[in-house]
This record gives sequence, C-alpha cells and structure tokens, in this order.
Amino acid sequence: MKKPFPIMPTLIALMSALYFLVPLYATFLFSLKMTRGEYSFASYRSVLNSSIFIDTITFSTIASLCAIVIGTVIIVPTAYWVRLKLPHIRPVIEFISLLPLVVPPVVLVFGYIRVFGSNSWLPLAGSDQGTNLLLVFGYVVMSMPYMFRAVDNGMSVIDIKTLTEAAESLGASRIRTIAFVIFPNVRGAIMSGAFLTFSISLGEFVLASLLNRPAFGPYLVQLGQDRAYEPAALAIMAFAFTWACMALMQLFAVKKPGSRWFPRLSIKLYKKVEA
Amino acid sequence: MSFVNISNVVKSFGTNTVVKGFDLAVEKGEFVSFLGPSGCGKTTVLRMIVGFETPSSGSITIGGKDVTNVAPNKRNIGMVFQAYALFPNMSVFDNIAFGLKISGMTKQAVSARVEEMLKLIGLTHLANRFPYEMSGGQQQRVALARALAPKPDVLLLDEPLSALDAKIRVSLREEIRDIQKKLGITTVFVTHDQEEALTISDRIVVMNGGRADQIGTPNQIYNKPATRFVAGFVGTLNIIDAKVHNRDDGTVLIGSKKIQLNDPIEHVKPDGMVSLALRPEAFSIVPDAAKDVSLDGTVTSINFLGSVIRAVMDVEGREISFDMFNNPSLMLPDVGDKTSVYFASSDILALPA
Ligand SMILES: Nc1ncnc2c1ncn2[C@@H]1O[C@H](COP(=O)(O)OP(=O)(O)OP(=O)(O)O)[C@@H](O)[C@H]1O
Ligand SMILES: [Mg+2]
Repeated sequence: MKKPFPIMPTLIALMSALYFLVPLYATFLFSLKMTRGEYSFASYRSVLNSSIFIDTITFSTIASLCAIVIGTVIIVPTAYWVRLKLPHIRPVIEFISLLPLVVPPVVLVFGYIRVFGSNSWLPLAGSDQGTNLLLVFGYVVMSMPYMFRAVDNGMSVIDIKTLTEAAESLGASRIRTIAFVIFPNVRGAIMSGAFLTFSISLGEFVLASLLNRPAFGPYLVQLGQDRAYEPAALAIMAFAFTWACMALMQLFAVKKPGSRWFPRLSIKLYKKVEA
Repeated sequence: MSFVNISNVVKSFGTNTVVKGFDLAVEKGEFVSFLGPSGCGKTTVLRMIVGFETPSSGSITIGGKDVTNVAPNKRNIGMVFQAYALFPNMSVFDNIAFGLKISGMTKQAVSARVEEMLKLIGLTHLANRFPYEMSGGQQQRVALARALAPKPDVLLLDEPLSALDAKIRVSLREEIRDIQKKLGITTVFVTHDQEEALTISDRIVVMNGGRADQIGTPNQIYNKPATRFVAGFVGTLNIIDAKVHNRDDGTVLIGSKKIQLNDPIEHVKPDGMVSLALRPEAFSIVPDAAKDVSLDGTVTSINFLGSVIRAVMDVEGREISFDMFNNPSLMLPDVGDKTSVYFASSDILALPA
C-alpha cells in the first residue's frame, strides 16, 4: 500500500525554505547592483581587491586555526581521560564545557583584561602578541561546548576502554595509544568540532573588537557602516563559506577508513617514528 | 616453580571483595580455562594477570619475575577480548603489525612476521581488509594473530567466542587449541561455557564467588567434582538426598530402596542424610549386568536434545533426570508411563555437604 503524498509536511518545508531563501536571494540581487543599470560582480571585486579584507581574513583564519589546534590538544586528551578513568565526573566536565554558552563573550573579555591587564602578574594584554594569544584563548573557550560535544560523541561510538587496553597489552605507551589508536578513530569528530570552531571564530566580533585586534569580524561591521553593496557581497560569501564548511564536515564525518582519497595520518606518523 | 604463579591474590573494589584469595600455578605451554558463573571474578583475575587491575594483596609472577606492579605494556602478554577490539582505523595487516612496530622491528621483519601470522590464521587473502569489512569470526582470528604476533610469554583470552554463533564457536575453539599447541604458548582462557572448557583445556579452574573451587583436568572436574558447586555447575547432575541406613557397611535408602555404596560414607548431615550425585548419562532404561541398581518411577517430561533424549521421572517425590539414546528401534517411554531405570552403584558420587 502506498502512502498518500505528504502535502502538509511538504508545504511547511517549502515555506520554511522560502523564509531562508527569499532574503538570501534578495541580498544576492542587491549585491549585484553596485554598477548602476546592470548586474555585475563589481561589489565582490571591490571586496576582494581591498587589502584590509585580505589582511583581516588572513588574521582571523590564522587565529581560528590556532584556536582549533589548541582546543584539540586540550579537549581530546581530556575527553579521553574522563571516559577512560573518571567516568563519574563526566557530568561535571560536560557542565564546565557548556559554561561559555552561558557567560557572554563581553564578560569573558573584561575578565581577561582584568586578569591579564598591563599591571597584572601576567600582562598579556600589554603587548600585541599577548593580546593575540588572549584572542585565541577566547576562541578556544567559546568553541569549547561544540568541540567537547563533538569529540565526546565521537568517543562514545568506539569502545575507548577496550581499544586502549588492546593497545597497551601490545606494548603501546599512553601517548602512542592516543596518537595512533584514539586520535585517528575520532578524527571525523575532531574535524566537525574544528569546522564549528572555525565558523564561530572567523567572523567573531565582540572579542576581537574589545581586544582591538585587526580581525575579520570588526572589519565586517565597519564595512556595514561605511558601504552599501559590499556588505551584501560579503554576507553572500560568508554564507557560501559556511555551507562549504558544512559540506566538508559531512564528508569527513561519513568517511570510512581505507577509502584513500584522504591521506592516512597513521601511516605517515609511523614512518616518522621509524625514521 | 611454575611459569605463571598467582599466589593468594585478593581484589576489592571499594568494600566489595570480588577475588578472595586466589591461587594458581600454570606450567609453561599449558592451556588453562577459568570456568564459572557470571560475576565470579574470572575477568578480574585475568585483568590482574595482564595488569589492567592491581591486586589488593597477593602476588603474580611470570617466568620467575614478579610482575604484580608492572605496567601492562611492559608485561609481554597477548590479550584477546570478547568484542575483538581490533583498531577500526587500521587494516588487518596494520592491526597485526601494531605490536611489532612498537617492539622496534625493521619493516621487512614486521612484514614477514605479519605474513606468517596471516598464514597461521588462514586469512592471507584479507590482509588489506578493514575490521568493518569482516565477519565476527574473521575479526576474532585477526585479534588472535595480533595478540600472538609479538611472541608474548602468555596468551589470555576473555570469552573470545561468546559473540559468535554456535558453528563458528566450535570450529574456532578447535583452531585456537591447534594454534596454541603448535606454538606451545602458555594460555589462560576464560569461559562460562562448560563444554568449551571441557573440550579444549589441559586443566580447568572452576571458580565460584571469587575463589577456585577446584583445579583439575577436565576428566577430574567432570568425574570427581570436589564440591557440590562444581558438581552442579559442570554438566547436569541429579542430586539425590538419601538416608543413611547403615554407615558401617555403606548402605543408604533412596525412598524405600536400599542401595549399597562403593565408597565409605564420609559426609553425613546432622539429620542422617547424604547427598548423592548421578549424571543423567549414568542411567539406562534396559537392564544390564553392570548396572546393579534400579529405581522405579513415573515419567514426567521428555526433552528432545538431538541424538539424546533427556527424560525426567518422579521417584517417590524425587525428580531424576536420565538420558536415553535417540534410537528408533528402542521402545522409548512416554510422559505418564511407569518405567524403571538402571545404574551402577559405582557411578554414585557422595557429595561433600
Ligand atoms: N571496575 C570495577 N569496579 C567495581 N566492581 C567491579 C569492577 N570490575 C568488576 N567488578 C565486580 O566484580 C565482580 C566480578 O566481575 P568479573 O567481571 O570478574 O566477573 P566474571 O566472572 O568475568 O563475569 P562474566 O562471566 O559475567 O564476565 C562483579 O560483581 C563485578 O560487578
Ligand atoms: Mg568476564
């Protein structure tokens, strides 16, 4: 027996799609109208040609990548250790990881400035390099809920404890176990966390602006105040970028070991160890 | 001194003592099984041998060396888990090579050893497969090869066959035993399946509540159970309460039937009763010169087990199970029939308490 065509659900889905697509389409159309009387990509060209755009997006990309690396190095071993040895404190860790969703970035940044201000015991905010570091740490904190959740979910899928014991009985040290057994198996999860971190910190405004860093977020806002067409172009580009990230995430998440289009990390690292 | 010595090992988790003074000596090249009900501490003892748990007291030596507090990755023990625990990100080849690479072998030596192991388990053609592309039986064979590849001093297997279906369970246990004999590796095998333990072990440790109730060959465990628990756990057993008639000449009464026992009566309960044990296969439904005792009763149930039929009959209020060969030429009794069963008094085991 065939089910009748689901009219209502389809209608609702269409309406919601329109709700998102219409403004997007309007923005896109608007971004093409920079040159009077014709559609052109002039606004996009203008954005891409601006050196501030290149500088700020480079700065933000590097800051985001640093945040991803630091976040991974902190969160993967933590999540691993908690699952392996301290399963009873997992709710506590989970709660801590959610705190950044409750504490607004403004509070975070003023806390930073107070603790690491120029007359504190560790005057990080006194120098540019130090402030950059604070910004990266801020991004690590802000993306922690997503990173932790992604990694922790990834670990729940594989039997961390038994895999660790299997590796240990074969003579592996803890570090080797993490690097060659645990890490490759949660790689998909780490990637998801990484992309989320990336999309959060790339356009981040509050932290970058209050720490006075030349980041992409403040530039975006500034541009919105000064120009008409370029912000629309930027919005479309940011949107495309986000979707590209999501697609990549999806790709990494479903990737099975053995399909070789992605270089296998484990092999390369082994070679290094042997050398 | 034996190769593996476990001396008076105790393990408590908090206030819960799960292993209570466990002693075992395993000879080099021996295949020992731990058999016992769920929760009796089999896994816990195994985990202390490999080092995942530390004994609360007592000591463990391997090859004369005290390893009680040595880290698991320094013990050179191979371990096979119930859930295979193959590394999902590595091919069969890389799984087996894992322990070898750690030991610092050259690439060629690793390759050669992996090939050798693949041949041993007969999976040479699957070297490039990933764990998720293989059946449970294949995965467990790879896990065995992975554990054996670095030439461990001892091989431990914790219910390695429990997740597999019946046919593969039988063929794989034979394969494990063959490989074990071929390599002469000292092996401890955990199972809760008595048939498995009886078939493949040199010796069996029957565990009960954190202790070893009996350690012996399959033959000893089956035919001379040391405790009532062992008798009841290994194989099916009729436990028949009989009244001592005359302790001096060794006669007892089962209901109104007087029976002469072979062995002197040792364990008489305060109420003048003894517990006798008889395997269902000790009975016959046809008279036989060697079977000098008979019991009469009414058949209450018939269970078809394949080549054997197990029946239960009521003898003056006692349930007695007996086996009959499924032989179509015999007149087998039906439920409700009155019948007699015959057995030899030498088959009776008088149980300690
Ligand atoms: N890490 C632990 N913390 C607390 N109790 C534990 C721990 N490990 C085991 N136990 C307890 O110790 C007892 C023995 O467990 P063990 O796993 O050794 O049993 P087993 O004989 O292997 O049983 P099974 O046949 O079910 O595998 C159980 O009651 C179990 O609850
Ligand atoms: Mg167990």
